[in-house]
Amino acid sequence: MKPEDARFVKAIIFVNSLVPIALLAWDAARNNLGANPLEYVTRTTGMLTLIFLVLSLIVTPLRKMTGWNWLGMNRRVLGLYAFFYGALHFLTYIWFDRLFNLRSAAGDVVQRPFIAIGFASFLIMIPLAVTSTNKMVKRLGGKRWNRLHKTVYAAAILGATHYWMLVKSDIRLPVTFALVLALLLGYRIFAANRTTKTEPRQMILPR
Amino acid sequence: MLIKKPEQIRSHEITDKKIYLNRRNFMRGAALLATTVATGALYRGLNEPPQPTPRGEKLGNVQPPTVAVRSTNEKLTSFQDITSYNNFYEFSTDKGAVARKSKGFVTRPWTVTVEGLVNRPRTYDLDDLLKIAPVEERIYRLRCVEGWSMVIPWAGFPLKALLEQAEPQGAAQYVAFETLFDPKRMPNQTSGVLDWPYVEGLRLDEALHPLTILATGLYGEALPPQDGAPVRLVVPWKYGFKSIKSVVNIRLVAKLPPTTWNIQAPGEYGFYSNVNPQVPHPRWSQARERRIGEYGMRDTLLFNGYAEEVASLYAGMDLKVNF
Repeated sequence: MKPEDARFVKAIIFVNSLVPIALLAWDAARNNLGANPLEYVTRTTGMLTLIFLVLSLIVTPLRKMTGWNWLGMNRRVLGLYAFFYGALHFLTYIWFDRLFNLRSAAGDVVQRPFIAIGFASFLIMIPLAVTSTNKMVKRLGGKRWNRLHKTVYAAAILGATHYWMLVKSDIRLPVTFALVLALLLGYRIFAANRTTKTEPRQMILPR
Repeated sequence: MLIKKPEQIRSHEITDKKIYLNRRNFMRGAALLATTVATGALYRGLNEPPQPTPRGEKLGNVQPPTVAVRSTNEKLTSFQDITSYNNFYEFSTDKGAVARKSKGFVTRPWTVTVEGLVNRPRTYDLDDLLKIAPVEERIYRLRCVEGWSMVIPWAGFPLKALLEQAEPQGAAQYVAFETLFDPKRMPNQTSGVLDWPYVEGLRLDEALHPLTILATGLYGEALPPQDGAPVRLVVPWKYGFKSIKSVVNIRLVAKLPPTTWNIQAPGEYGFYSNVNPQVPHPRWSQARERRIGEYGMRDTLLFNGYAEEVASLYAGMDLKVNF
């Protein structure tokens, strides 16, 4: 694929990733978020965070399996959207749910372990977002950067666990997230074992 | 085989660069538009916005309450919210989808069988059931175990009236309730999210308490399917899941009957499940609640604010053990 076409695909992904927040804002403006708007916004942004985490994790396996190296440049934008929706999810909770009452939020973290787990997942994502620029990749060096960004798997697993812990009995969706994550992680472990034996790993710089 | 030579493209036939680029831009614009629309449609499909609920059939002759229920000056939850935010796993586990999935649920003919340890077992047709006692309006708070609450103007009659007609025998200690099991009419019963049919239970004295009613309507209209049509239990001092919906069977028994959420997670949902801010759910606090229609949180009250009426039922009991 020509570089300009690859850049266009990236633009398509960038714009499409904004569709959910645009529709959410539209629904909010028209007061059409249902009987429990806070729960609706929290659930939707949380779901989007998990979806974008999974999408960002799919990029590399897909690139390796298809040989479409141009896919690699979409990893960062998808990861940053995961952080963006995660931040919105966190803000909805802290701002509307707790009305910025940090003491009550702290008590909540203790009383509701799933909140602590979700918070941990969000904390892990912060340094990843901060070190997402090309400059930071160079500064850290590819190897260290790679090692740091492996923690995205921890963020995703904690995120799926957070979701699993809050449902009452219908665990089908959180289980699906967990299975997809297990599959992706399994592939990475498998691929890592194979490449270390045969060829030195190479790093694709995000563009 | 004859292979045709491609004809030479003459220079005047080559597309002008400007037109070529325009076409390219047009294609890109179309691709961007098409994917954006597709993503929007996917988002809408997965996250359907609520539809306005059509108003139901008016119930004739709803009386004022016969018992002195301390009237609440709290604002009623809107009809729209009561009928579009429902936990009714027989139709869907998505609270916003229950109204849509239960649309057209057929509730006639409908019978409720009262049996077990009673002198006069009987199967009631819905119309007979409605003749047992005058239907009265009862405005109750409803507190869901998930941490939200509503104020609902129910129409119904005391369960006591029905039980007395059946004449419970001395050995009867508990009342067991059962929801309809019919996966053709309740599509999510084909899933394994709960053990079907949904079952619930009360101690006999709880069942005979004047606050306990069988509801057949709300806002003066026949109960919509999503709220448990055609007849449901309402026990206002317990978490919402105790108030079993679309009841078909009521059985008086000697031993504590199994209850669905207790079977599902015995450590999380007890038989009593009285609203109690001091007893947290193992995974979340029950100290506060969000009233539907409000943004802030309010304190949850012991027995959902009905302590004056019902606390004596549990005198001497450790409510932390008997949660």
